Amino acid sequence: MGDREKLNRLRWRCTRRAMLEMDLLLGEFLDRIFPTLNPEQADAFVNLADMEDLELWPLVNGSRECSDPVQAEVVALLRDVRVK
Amino acid sequence: MSKLTIPVRKFDAVIVGAGGSGLRAAIQLSEAGLKTAVLSKVFPTRSHTVAAQGGVSASLGNSEEDHWHWHMYDTVKGSDWLGDQDAIEYMCRMAPEVVVELEHFGMPFDRTDEGKIYQRPFGGHMSNFGEKPVRRACAAADRTGHAMLHALYQRNVRANTQFFVEWMALDLIRDDSGQVLGVIALEMETGDVVAFHAKATVFATGGAGRIFYSSTNAFINTGDGLGMAARAGIALEDMEFWQFHPTGVAGAGVLITEGVRGEGGILRNSANERFMERYAPNAKDLASRDVVSRAMVTEINEGRGCGPNKDFVLLDITHLDPATIMKRLPGIREISIQFAGIDPIKAPIPVVPTCHYQMGGVPTNYKGQVVSQDATPIPGFYAAGEVACASVHGANRLGTNSLLDLLVFGKSSGDSVIDDLRSGAIGLKELPADYAERTLSRLNRLNTQTGGASVNETRLELQRTMQKHCGVFRFKDMLVEGVAKILDVEKAVLRTEIKDKSQVWNTARVEALELDNLIEVAKATMISAEARKESRGAHVRDDAPDTAANPNGRDDVNWHKHTLWHRESNRLDYKPVIMKPLSVESIALKTRSY
Repeated sequence: MGDREKLNRLRWRCTRRAMLEMDLLLGEFLDRIFPTLNPEQADAFVNLADMEDLELWPLVNGSRECSDPVQAEVVALLRDVRVK
Repeated sequence: MSKLTIPVRKFDAVIVGAGGSGLRAAIQLSEAGLKTAVLSKVFPTRSHTVAAQGGVSASLGNSEEDHWHWHMYDTVKGSDWLGDQDAIEYMCRMAPEVVVELEHFGMPFDRTDEGKIYQRPFGGHMSNFGEKPVRRACAAADRTGHAMLHALYQRNVRANTQFFVEWMALDLIRDDSGQVLGVIALEMETGDVVAFHAKATVFATGGAGRIFYSSTNAFINTGDGLGMAARAGIALEDMEFWQFHPTGVAGAGVLITEGVRGEGGILRNSANERFMERYAPNAKDLASRDVVSRAMVTEINEGRGCGPNKDFVLLDITHLDPATIMKRLPGIREISIQFAGIDPIKAPIPVVPTCHYQMGGVPTNYKGQVVSQDATPIPGFYAAGEVACASVHGANRLGTNSLLDLLVFGKSSGDSVIDDLRSGAIGLKELPADYAERTLSRLNRLNTQTGGASVNETRLELQRTMQKHCGVFRFKDMLVEGVAKILDVEKAVLRTEIKDKSQVWNTARVEALELDNLIEVAKATMISAEARKESRGAHVRDDAPDTAANPNGRDDVNWHKHTLWHRESNRLDYKPVIMKPLSVESIALKTRSY
């Protein structure tokens, strides 16, 4: 699978989720922040996107903290996303 | 074209959709030993059922006396008497059984001290035929839908259900007799188009809340089952009935709970006026959902909306002590910052009435069989959950009845498949020679279109048209205009163009195909709403006001009937509401007041 296909698959998994909140946040993140991530952060984001919404949402809204430092960096960026 | 062939896979049953109803139907079929395929656009536990947090209702009577007949009464009343009383009785009688079954599947319900399923009160659920609130909602904290999906999915894994994940069903296969023989579906990873040839096809594709610009629904809810059914010549029932929530974040749709107004939040228009004082002098901002929504829309329609397009109002809590906001509404502050770009401590939140749930759908009976206008089952075709109209929700749904609907009709549709197979009513019939032609032409059109319309822009136009002309409060002239406008949008949908023509993970193609389904739902909704010249439940018109002859604008003499929209020439038909329950006396028409 080439880069375009991988990115499209990731886009699908970011924007067809269980909760509207996560569709909006992850979609916005993919467009604006994802292209600026380093490879480790990009992998961490892919792993976050694989999580279920009710696991991911507490990390994003700050009611739970990440144990992995790279993942924590990406979650911090995700928390800063403003959907407009 | 008819010589084009596609690969065929054979199953006893194919289920489209892996939310609560699809998974519940699949358990019934797989555990009966049937070879069952479940197709889903996403991994099953990512279905929108997750967003249902409140609970599932059942008259278990674990905390106080309760009875299915009281639950039935509440549901008929909630439906504004448009619900079919046979289906409502069936659902309410079956509720305790399906909830206990779910418990046995491993659902982690909250417990009482005695170890019984804990139950809490929920709006509209009463004891003794509307006397006082009753504790009927069974929940797993605020994760009921999520926990339900996990329990049902695990049970399916045990039963060897075959899942086809990241597949999108494109069209229903029917033969000349009208029997349904399966679906044609697209695998996103390969771009392959495959026929799922089956003795029975169950639609569990959920709702289509994305037809509105402001919607609480996740992006996945594009009404794929409704689009497929409409294209296959099956009428859609009661599509004018959509439940709205008064306060979604403008643009985003994310819900702002009613608790914000409970804590002192005030709605304001562009003149900074507390407009609810004019509409509800006593209750003001705490008036009922319907009253608040209607007032908001009136302000917007009369030019007192806010923002560059004057298309939202403001929910103001800036007068509250920041410490109170941080303590009592921390989640709402987060949501406002992330989805409105506004810290509600400093500035008011832009809000608009927001679409939440679809009451209409593919017409079924209480057995989950899809039925034609004369109530005859369409052989081989079943539906359950939000895509289906049994009709238990009628003109408005009671909270916690949606999760119940999934369980009861997911199960009954599975049982009907088994019964119909045993009786010989359905079986594997040969596919017609040209069965894939329509789908392949549609794909071919999309692949070769030049100079066409943008999918994104066309979808936005569709959503804005629905929001403006067919929202929570409806106006005669706006509806008439809306019909013309949505038919114009359809012209653009018929000539959408995608730049990416590749096969593997072509999400642009999938989004164009989703739009093909949204437009069918949008037309059905607008045309059915324009025609229904009364107010009932969630369908409220300015030209059908509250009068002595027609309380709340409801006109039982002319409009106590179900709408059926036919895609072919946008024809409307009507059929009677089933007022005769299965075993008890009919609940007679009465003014709906709480």
